[in-house]
Amino acid sequence: MTDLPFSDQAVAGKTAPPAEARSLRLPTQWLGVAPFFIFAIMFLILPTLYLMLGAFQNDAGEFTFNNIVGIFDPPNLANYMQCQYDSWMSWVDGNCKLPSILAAYWISIKISLASSLIGAFAGLAIAIAIVRGGLPDWIRSATLTFSGVASNFAGVPLAFAFLATLGRLGLATVILNTVFGLNIYAHGFNILSFWGLTLTYVYFQIPLMVVIIVPAIDGLKKEWGEAAATLGATMSQYWRMVVIPVIWPSFLGTVILLFANAFGAIATAYALTGSSLNIIPIVLYAQIRGDVLHNAHLGYAIAFGMIVITGLANVFYIWFRTRSERWLK
Amino acid sequence: MKAGRFWAWVVFALGAAYFFIPLIATVEFSMRMRRGVYSLDAYKVVLGDARFQATFGYSVLAAIFTIILGVLIVVPAAYWIRLRLPQLRPIVEFITLLPLVIPAIVIVFGYIRMYGSNSPLPFLATDTGTNALLVIGYATLALPYMYRAVDTGLRTIDVRTLTEAAQILGAGWGTIVTRVILPNVLIAVLSGAFLTFAIVIGEFTMASLLNRPAFGPYLQNIGANRAYEPAALAIIAFAITWGCMSLIQVLSRFAPKSANRPN
Repeated sequence: MTDLPFSDQAVAGKTAPPAEARSLRLPTQWLGVAPFFIFAIMFLILPTLYLMLGAFQNDAGEFTFNNIVGIFDPPNLANYMQCQYDSWMSWVDGNCKLPSILAAYWISIKISLASSLIGAFAGLAIAIAIVRGGLPDWIRSATLTFSGVASNFAGVPLAFAFLATLGRLGLATVILNTVFGLNIYAHGFNILSFWGLTLTYVYFQIPLMVVIIVPAIDGLKKEWGEAAATLGATMSQYWRMVVIPVIWPSFLGTVILLFANAFGAIATAYALTGSSLNIIPIVLYAQIRGDVLHNAHLGYAIAFGMIVITGLANVFYIWFRTRSERWLK
Repeated sequence: MKAGRFWAWVVFALGAAYFFIPLIATVEFSMRMRRGVYSLDAYKVVLGDARFQATFGYSVLAAIFTIILGVLIVVPAAYWIRLRLPQLRPIVEFITLLPLVIPAIVIVFGYIRMYGSNSPLPFLATDTGTNALLVIGYATLALPYMYRAVDTGLRTIDVRTLTEAAQILGAGWGTIVTRVILPNVLIAVLSGAFLTFAIVIGEFTMASLLNRPAFGPYLQNIGANRAYEPAALAIIAFAITWGCMSLIQVLSRFAPKSANRPN
């Protein structure tokens, strides 16, 4: 499969006159893209489809919705709803427990959403600052280079870096405690928590945003600002009517990409928290490693759910994008 | 405009602080191994560890095979689409973006289920097969970056004229791709390659689930069992990523700047 399909053609091409070459045209049309499509189908599309089909089958291969229902864990979900209802009626926090797989999805969605939104806005601010803020040129190129590095600095090493910074003995924790007298751990902060993980994810989300959004901001022509000013637009009108509509599609697209990026990430969280914070990739990881749910097809259903969520995010993106493109016309 | 510049500096300074404090903290922590004084002991321990050398070597080898596989798949496809099948472009672009949307853990889960020992294609039955599957998985993860890099490279050259000129001179397809197109997009391919290298070196999920002795699972293992070595390893990993990105920057200076197309 690593064989170049051109090799026979190379031999044929050297000896064959043009007329014969033309008769070979139909197969050669597809030979160049064949390795790509075979690879994509075998190692990207089929494995995904296999899991998606498996989510709707039982061990005997019969069609069933039980795996999908299993994710929602109906008896426990009913308990949860009852508990929520009771605590709402009595104004007391009932400390209700969502079924564990749903809880894992929910915390994953929250972390991905929080880190992608924080990353997107912070990244946008930095991108605008370095492109339009009148900073020296070297800052722009240094920031872009650094962003290229930091956006790829995810996974296990990133977890180590944040443990060294915000862990119990981390530099930032110690300095805040000794210099400012602020013990963040006494105030409920924990690197192994929702905010700890979000703050860590933001480290690769912001640079990714910067790398993707800078070209879009570069695309804002100076003339548009001048034209708006000539027509008497205020700064806020210029931003509201020119800048935001133009960069909106790329901004939204990047947020979705950042969301998917965080949603599928496991290495950072696994190295940081072991299995103490149950985000959905860690649940799936444990399931693949040890069949902890005692039902292989429930694993398929979890994977299916992850694809549905990232897929839905992209459907929203395409929908928003077509709408905003209509406005741009 | 003065106020604008002030706020730009504030934003930049805040960003710089957020990005540099963890790096400084990690360097500081990595040097605390010997009590009371700063030393490079943690680095010495890490670099002298036989498992570090073995796993790192394994991952470097995997990265090299990944790059070769990626080039073999992506370069002919990208070239052919520019030359003959532009109508396939949206489909191919969509496919190359899929690995950014489908989580790596889902992809590798699919592999484990589809290519197990008693499947028609039993990749996982042998060690060599599992290694091959890992490389294939890495090539999938690198697909978005590789394709974009090569496609950008092809945009700067006149694919059609080069191909026709080569054909008139009697070159076959193999010669055209390897001796005409590839040298012209070599710099683009290389930047894709370094990015692939940076991604593969520390990758954890696939290597761990396929039980391969790669650098990522080793990092995770050290992180769970040691105190100061992980910080040293994080700095080493950051330096490797930095090295790859600097090479891309250097290479991009040599890349052809403008498209010299007929129209």
